[in-house]
Parts: sequence; C-alpha cells; structure tokens
Amino acid sequence: MYLDNAETTRLDPAVLDLMEEFMLNKYGVPAGEFGYGLEEEAAEAIERAREVIAKRINASPEEVIFTSGGTESNNIAILGAARSNFYKGKRLVTSRIEHKSVLRIVDKLTRHGFERTLLDVDREGFVNPDSLVNSLEDARLVSVQHANQEIGTLQDVAAIGDVARSCDLLFHCDAVQSFAKEKIDVQTMKVDLLSMSSHLIHGPKGVGALYVRDGVKLESVLEGDDRERGLRPGTPNVAGIVGFAKAVELMTDKDAERMRRLRNELTDLLLAIPDSRLNGPKSDRRLCNNVNISFRYVEGEAILMHLDLKGLVVNTGSACYSQKLEPSHVIRAIGGTLEESHSSTRLTLSKWTTRDEVAYATETIKQVVETLRAQSPLARKVSQRK
Amino acid sequence: MSETLAKRFGYSEKVMDHFKNPRNVGVIEDADITSKVGSVACGDLIKLYLKFDPDRDQIKDIKFESYGCAANIATSSMMTEMVKGKTIDEARKVSFKDISETLGGLPKIKLHCAVLSRQGLETAFLKYEAKKGRVKIDELFVNRILRGVLDPVQGVDIISAKILDKATVEGKKITLSLNASADSELAKSLAEDIRDAFEGLDIELDLKFRE
Repeated sequence: MYLDNAETTRLDPAVLDLMEEFMLNKYGVPAGEFGYGLEEEAAEAIERAREVIAKRINASPEEVIFTSGGTESNNIAILGAARSNFYKGKRLVTSRIEHKSVLRIVDKLTRHGFERTLLDVDREGFVNPDSLVNSLEDARLVSVQHANQEIGTLQDVAAIGDVARSCDLLFHCDAVQSFAKEKIDVQTMKVDLLSMSSHLIHGPKGVGALYVRDGVKLESVLEGDDRERGLRPGTPNVAGIVGFAKAVELMTDKDAERMRRLRNELTDLLLAIPDSRLNGPKSDRRLCNNVNISFRYVEGEAILMHLDLKGLVVNTGSACYSQKLEPSHVIRAIGGTLEESHSSTRLTLSKWTTRDEVAYATETIKQVVETLRAQSPLARKVSQRK
Repeated sequence: MSETLAKRFGYSEKVMDHFKNPRNVGVIEDADITSKVGSVACGDLIKLYLKFDPDRDQIKDIKFESYGCAANIATSSMMTEMVKGKTIDEARKVSFKDISETLGGLPKIKLHCAVLSRQGLETAFLKYEAKKGRVKIDELFVNRILRGVLDPVQGVDIISAKILDKATVEGKKITLSLNASADSELAKSLAEDIRDAFEGLDIELDLKFRE
C-alpha cells in the first residue's frame, strides 16, 4: 500500500493508453524531419495540451511552456529571472521551507553576486505577507511555494502576490505539490511565474510546465532551438506532454474533495494515538492529500522500516532516513525540535486511496508505534513520571 | 515479505532479523549498573541495564532500550548477545567492528550505531569499576565517559566535536566547560545527556556554558 503520493504517483492507465498511441503511432515532433501529417499531429497535440494546462490556472496558452518537471521549471524561472531584469535589485527573497530545487539555486546565485533573504515561517509553516514588505528592498524576485512538500501548508499566495506586485517585483510560485489538486488562478494570485509537475497527479514522470506571464523577461538557461519560446529548447517530450494534460483533465475537483475528506479522517485517527502531534496547519489551509504527524519517543526510520515490512510505504523527515543524516529543514523551520523532526511521519494520499486503506494504515501505524515505544527508554521515562 | 526498504538501505538479513526481533530488549529492575549514551536530538540513543557476578566480574544479564533507527536497534541487540555471560575483560575485546561483522556488515552511514552500542558498554564498565573503587574519578575517567555524549549537529562525540573545552575534577566535583551558548537548544540537550551519562555515580556535576 502506497501512501507516499507527494513523492510520486502511479500513472493513470488512461494516460498510458494515450501516451502509447503517441509513442507507437503518432511519433512525430513539431517541425521535425517527419512527413507533414505526423509533424502536424504532434504540434496540434502539444498545443491542445498547452490549452488544458493554461485553463487550469486561468492563463493564456502562450504563457505556458513545457519542461522536464518541477525542478527544471523552478531553475528556469529563478535563474532566468535573476539573469534578466537588471533594472531591479540584486536580492532574491524566498522562504525557509521551499523545495531543495528552489533553495539550492538561490543559494548558488549568492555566489554570483546576489543577496538572499530567507523568510521565516510560523509554527504552521506560513509566511507572513505583512512582514514580507520589510524584506523587499533591493529585491528582484520573490519565490514562495503554494503548498509545502512535507507539511502541506497552503500559503496565502494572493496576499504575497499583492505585496510583490505593489513593490513591482517578480513573483515566482512553486505549485508542484498543489497543481490540479488545489485551485490556482494566476490572475487573482498575481503570480508571474508558476511551476507545475505531472507525476504527482498520476501523469508521467519527466514532464512539467512553467507559466511565464506575458511580458515577463527570462533569460534562457538552456541554449538550442526556439522551441517553447527558446526557454526550453530541444525535441519536446510529446507523449509526456500529452499524458500530462490528460492527467490534469482526469484530476477533478471531486477527486480533491474526496482526498480531503479521507485526509481529515486519517488525521483524526492518527492523532488519537497518544503523544502524537500534527505538523503543519489544520484542514482548510492545508494541501488536500497531506498528513504529517510526529510520534514522540520513537524514531522515523525505524517506523518506516517496520511499516515497509507490513507493506505500507510512507515517508519521514528523520535524519537517519536521509543519506546525509540531515533532519528535515521544514520541521526545523517551523520551530520543531530535533526529536519532532526525527519522528515526523508523512502520509500522502492519491485519488485512488480508499477508506479501507486509511483504516489499515492507521491500525498498522498504531501497532508499530506501540512496538517501538515498548522498546524506548524515553517512553518509559515519561510513563514513570505520570 | 519484500523488505524493499531494507535492501535500499543496505541492511543485511541479520540486521533485519535483530531489528524485527530484538534480543535482550527491556529493563532490569534491580540492575547493578545502567548506562545511557547518544542523544534524543541525534535520533540515536540507547540505555543499557547490567547485572554482574561480583566475584568474577561477569555479565550475568544485560538488557537494552533504544530510541533510534533500525541499525541502532539491531546493533544493540547483537552487542548484548555477544557479551552476555562474558567477563568484563572478555567483553572489552568485542569491538564495534566485531558487532558490525557479526551482523553481516552495516551500511557505512550506519556504522556509528555499532560504535554507540560499544560505547554504551564501555560507559557501563567504567561506572561499574568506579563504583567498586577500582578506577579513580579523574579527568581521564570523565573524558572516557563523555565519549558517549553526542553533538547532535555533527553526530560525533562531544570531545571529537570539540564542544568540551575543559574538564576539571576536585574531589567529588566535576566541572565541565562547554562550547555552547547557555540559552541554546544545544545546551539544553547537552545538559540532559551529560547528566544522564554520569547518572548513578557519587559525584557533583557543574556545567559551564558560554554566556
């Protein structure tokens, strides 16, 4: 049983069918060396896909470019904006809980003459839009995500966009986790650049998109032909793009609503385990498929290993689980102790997750936490005190 | 069972066996000696309970409790199995490498778990010998005990991490100067871990953090 859908998701079979058609039969590329028919078919399919993506975020199709995924979208947006727009300042403003692809490119740019501001977040992971104003002197770009990858915090993007626009700054939003699951409107949110990904909504891996508001200048990061407005040159991943759009169409508001209901049930069931604590905000300001809970007195890697033996896949912010032995930067940024980061357990639902699976996951986690607590000196210390 | 995650981590079958069914887990209520090494902040901590045959300095019984990853649990379990019934002299010959090898090897980034379980044993022996009056509680003794206290940031003991600035012993009073500011999260976690490390010894601890 797979409850790690913020990591990746299973491909929707309907998406696979369509992709197969584009790989085996309609295998042309726009402006390629193939005959007129194949070429045109691919071009049309890509433009149709572009319309689907654009419509989902209330943008124009010309404002959407296809990329190889969320990481590439974030890099093209941030590097591209930093290397352009020279009339603005040299400060890049982002939050402490962004995805690594944002934090690392911003960090790299500080070695190339840029200044960096890392915005603090509160106990639930929220950036305070009002405090943002004080950080914008000499700024060029603000980059704040929509939904957090670990604790599901849904930022007030519209309020942040408002501040950025009133200061005449570019605003990039990494919406990789929320795209097609939560409502996104680039007009009301006042976003200039928005990153999206396919593989978190049952689309194929290796494809994503970047929204670039009409008039926003980006310097290209990759050089080649003029495809995707020169921002993402090279032969397009036609089957991937077509599959991505199909996955978007197949992910409905109803799916999101169902995930949200099950997510609330799962959260309540897990919080009924003694000494457990929810990381991130309560329901309506939280990504519809995300649960993240710290179970005191036990360590996350051990939890995951036991769950894996029982066929349940989840995730953890524990340092022991990371190859570099580093605790989750997100749990630390929201003021969580090291102990809370070591025991943080993330469960993320898919559109196919069932109530039975939620019940099984709860029961299994309960057993494992009990087993490990029975072995833990920390749990004993507390029960003696009580 | 697939044990896919175990494979990804590079855990051997023996490691997984000891993780799933740890030997000698629990407490000994009337233990002669307890020792606690590692730190909650590190996510890597064990507590040992030992009972000795005083005539032969033989480990009659040993149990452990763990807060940590699968490797932490497995190495502690294996260590207790390997030393149970041995005299202190014999048990001291068991190295962290022996523990790792008997487990069929550990992933490189998990070797520190074997080191920690071995240190837990050493701390227990030191405390036993101090209680018997066989070793003097001096600077050297204090340093050897502090090898079991970890710096959560670097994940190594606080002597290697250069967090211990100075240790002085005057009679029963041990004074430690530490490179951590008094109001930090680190100081709080160190204070608890250091007190735990010396728990049960007839001494007085004075911890001095930077202002």
